[in-house]
Amino acid sequence: MFQIRVHGRGGQGVVTATEMLSVAAFEEGRHAQAFPSFGSERTGAPVVAFCRLDDKEIRLREPIMEPDALIIQDPTLLHQIDVFSGLKPDGYVLLNSAHSFEQIGLGELVKQRGHARMCTLPATELGLKHVGRPIPNVPLIAGFAALSGMFKLESVVKAINEKFSGKVAAGNIAAATEAYALVKKQMEERAHA
Amino acid sequence: MLKQIEGSKAVAEAVALCRPEVICAYPISPQTHIVEGLGEMVKSGELTPCEFINVESEFAAMSVAIGSSAAGARSYTATASQGLLFMVEAVYNAAGLGLPIVMTVANRAIGAPINIWNDHSDSLSQRDSGWMQLFAETNQEAVDLHIQAFKLAEELSMPIMVCMDGFILTHAFERVDIPTQEQVDGYLPPFDPRQSLDPKEPISIGAMVGPEAFMEVKYLAHAKQMQALELIPQLAAEFKQQFGRDSGGLVRTYRADDAETMIVAMGSVLGTVKDTVDELREQGHKIGVLGIISYRPFPLKEVRAALVNCKRFVVLEKSLAVGMGGIVATDVRMAVSGTGLKGFTAIAGLGGRNITKASLHKLFLEAEQEKLEPVTFVDLDWDVVNKQLERERQNRHSGPIAENILFDKGMSTSAKFG
Repeated sequence: MFQIRVHGRGGQGVVTATEMLSVAAFEEGRHAQAFPSFGSERTGAPVVAFCRLDDKEIRLREPIMEPDALIIQDPTLLHQIDVFSGLKPDGYVLLNSAHSFEQIGLGELVKQRGHARMCTLPATELGLKHVGRPIPNVPLIAGFAALSGMFKLESVVKAINEKFSGKVAAGNIAAATEAYALVKKQMEERAHA
Repeated sequence: MLKQIEGSKAVAEAVALCRPEVICAYPISPQTHIVEGLGEMVKSGELTPCEFINVESEFAAMSVAIGSSAAGARSYTATASQGLLFMVEAVYNAAGLGLPIVMTVANRAIGAPINIWNDHSDSLSQRDSGWMQLFAETNQEAVDLHIQAFKLAEELSMPIMVCMDGFILTHAFERVDIPTQEQVDGYLPPFDPRQSLDPKEPISIGAMVGPEAFMEVKYLAHAKQMQALELIPQLAAEFKQQFGRDSGGLVRTYRADDAETMIVAMGSVLGTVKDTVDELREQGHKIGVLGIISYRPFPLKEVRAALVNCKRFVVLEKSLAVGMGGIVATDVRMAVSGTGLKGFTAIAGLGGRNITKASLHKLFLEAEQEKLEPVTFVDLDWDVVNKQLERERQNRHSGPIAENILFDKGMSTSAKFG
């Protein structure tokens, strides 16, 4: 089983992100379970949602306490809650930021965990550019597909088309495509560094 | 057709396939997405003929369902928690009148303190109302139970609640096989009401009944639920024939054959229980599971048969009879009376408290060693409880309990993940 925890704030599409991840996994024939943390959500309040992937039926209903991957939709959460709680030593981290981990003061974390599974992505900027709204969720899903290799970009595109239509879908697909390419490029640069 | 879909949306699609003619609804979390989904289908013309009635309260929702069902229309509504409590008078009337309404209960705690999260207090508070209650373990089962529920309700002319864990199931995206209209039509015949109001042939439904006949009418409600004990397995077998999968029935066991310790539970927690049991089985523990699908009628015979060969059992329930202990546990103990079996009650998950594998491991091992108290409160924070008890001993004007406990807990819980 592979477990993903997504942190963000109310209004950033955190729950939608996990739902779309589960749809992308379903498109690839896997079992997937997405669920929110069921708070009284308010715009701006910390929100967490979960996604489990497996090759067999998923029966477990507890929250994800030891994730294999973290997607952090809002870097300001780092000062507010323990987003890294329980993250496996070889876990993936994808953070929404136009800056590097070192620039935002997480250099030590990168030293501990190594670069191979950690990445930042300017997802809010990509949302603004392609969809006209500062919603980072879709670029982050596509970025996670690139970082982890768990999904194909085309599965993310299928999930987008299931959720959105018309111009919004097209904008999100463009944002996802650029996000995927950006993360791939970062990973390749590091591999050669 | 296999879909990756939200539980509420899947149930909305299943209900629509059952061709309801009247849907009356009042929004309350965590049920809202179900009726929203149905509302959209009625508005778009996808679900027709069907009248979607926005009512002003849950009391009105059930009252309208009573009216439309009495007029011979297949009628559906959904609610949860305080919404269910607000409609209680009409809930009893629907059963007393023998009207086959199907209602989804997206199980949620009852206040005060106000709480939107899942437990089983709401529908269990209606256990004696005359409604049947079936509990879904997964969203697939929630879909399947709705299809069976219309048939069961209409065969017996009695109402039924299909209970699914609020948020844990209603808001979870998972894989669900949504049947085709042809499949459902082949299983569920059009509503042929045993009684209906028709201006051309006037009758009354709902006579006042005095001491001379009241007991007989009530007994017949009981007799119908006893008939349901026969009918539920039969409908599940027919369902399997038509749809090709096991869903529904009275009870279901898991790894129970040689089990010395049995865990009894209802609803979605069975998934976490089964995963825990698999891990304990790998370590050599003889432990198994009994899932109860039909809470009303309560399958005494089947529960007894499933437990009679074990040495001890734990009823893990998301409900509390204040001043008594377990609610489901009381029925389970009745089922095994005279066997001398050791039974434990474990209250867990109230108001949405997470039920984790780690906690279940500990609980089940303690049960195996028979070290549990007769009633255990899983993951109760005793420090906080004792602090409040001490506060009450020290100060006559100790103030409101919920506020005190929130103060004592600080923001430590919410600070973790918000």
